[in-house]
Amino acid sequence: MTLWRPLLGLAAFGALWELLPRIGAVPARWAPPLSRVVQELLVEVRQPRFWDAIRDTLLTWAIGLGIAVAAGIVVGVTIGAIPLLRTVTASTIEFLRPIPSVALIPLVVLLYGTTIRSALVLVVYASFWQVLIQVLHGVADVDPVARDTADVYRLPKVRYLYWPTALPYVATGVRLATSVALILAVTGEMVIGAPGLGKQIWLAQQSDAVPLMYALVLVTGLIGVAANVLARFAERRALAWHPSVRREVPA
Amino acid sequence: MTIVRRIVVLLGLPVALVAGWWFASAGSTDFFRPSLQRIMQAFAETWLGPRLVDEVLPSMIRFVLGYAAALLIGVVVGVAIGLSPKARATAEPVLEFLRAIPPPVLVPIIMLFTGIGDTTKIIVIVSGCVWPILLNTVEGVRAIDEVLAETCRVYRIKPLRHLVLRASSPQIVTGARQALAIGLILMVISELVAASGGLGFTIRQFERGFQIPEMWSGVLLLGLIGVALAGLFHLAERRTLAWYHGSRDADRK
Repeated sequence: MTLWRPLLGLAAFGALWELLPRIGAVPARWAPPLSRVVQELLVEVRQPRFWDAIRDTLLTWAIGLGIAVAAGIVVGVTIGAIPLLRTVTASTIEFLRPIPSVALIPLVVLLYGTTIRSALVLVVYASFWQVLIQVLHGVADVDPVARDTADVYRLPKVRYLYWPTALPYVATGVRLATSVALILAVTGEMVIGAPGLGKQIWLAQQSDAVPLMYALVLVTGLIGVAANVLARFAERRALAWHPSVRREVPA
Repeated sequence: MTIVRRIVVLLGLPVALVAGWWFASAGSTDFFRPSLQRIMQAFAETWLGPRLVDEVLPSMIRFVLGYAAALLIGVVVGVAIGLSPKARATAEPVLEFLRAIPPPVLVPIIMLFTGIGDTTKIIVIVSGCVWPILLNTVEGVRAIDEVLAETCRVYRIKPLRHLVLRASSPQIVTGARQALAIGLILMVISELVAASGGLGFTIRQFERGFQIPEMWSGVLLLGLIGVALAGLFHLAERRTLAWYHGSRDADRK
């Protein structure tokens, strides 16, 4: 693929953002042109509060994601490896999974107040299901021949059977959880008032600092893109041995 | 498996959990964690009355409108972009960026333009739901089998309906399922933040007024709505994708 088309797309997007407010197609008071937003961002990056907010958001995101992934894998492999546990818990998992994480917002505010802990509960709850469901699918996907082989050679099953089979699914789950965790981290900060980028966006909205608000939203989007790229890169590294990844290498 | 055993397996753990909650919390004097009995009472008093029509129904209508609009926009734009490799290469980085923005941070921006009325809330739902649908549609259209495409050309079968939409529908459904969860989250967020009424707003009022059992009952109601929507979606998927699941099952055998 040539490189100029994606760049053209980005350039067109930037140009539209710059031009539409300038020619008055959208009111500039509510949608400042890109150059104004970037200008604001350059001022903001000199403020310590900007970096504090980014640190808080990334911290909430990383801790929450770590807990959710660890718990999802442990619970998923345990349930998946024991058939009885699997049948008994299936209906409960199907029932708990669609409960929207934001339903917990009023609860965590009451129980933990406007701390990072509140946002963490949301992040962990939302991303846990993404991982768990994928791990369960993965463990269920064990190849019969591989199972028999492991039986005959008495290999430790979790290490040599379930884990390699489930790993591609785990990777998908982690990738999904990465973006969900970021959404919930920022949402928690915005709605609950836990420290971080979300709170800064809300404060900017409240004080009518429109360009700053756009600058912060832009930063949030860039962090989201970075998180996606990182998750995909990690997925390819962890699965370099797997046929689905090896096949993509050009001959 | 006999029917009795299936029912025990299906309902055993949920019933045990609810019973556990019921007895563990019975006679609770903790202000923040009332007994389940008290919460159920509050549930009946709070939601099974005029509030169902005044607060819950408008929320659900906004959700359905926003979700339907996102579905329409996502599929139409997704098919248009997916059919042209040039358009795809041009639009991809922009779409990746727009998708990566956590949808709730768009709430304050959209509020600037349209205030805190119904329009804002619907646009918020659309702005979040549209990305998973759009990107999955693009992927689905891109992955159409070459042989199928050429067969259609040879037999002059109308490609849009019988080839493009059909072949990409499993992917579109995947996107629509992701969008369902996001839409529900955004319905609540838009009412928590841009507040003038609705389910999220009411729950927040209970929280601020320290009406704890009422608040718990609201959380419970949101959970039930989530479960009901997921169930409805599952039914709809079974109907529209029956051919797909059928052919996959046949492949496995």
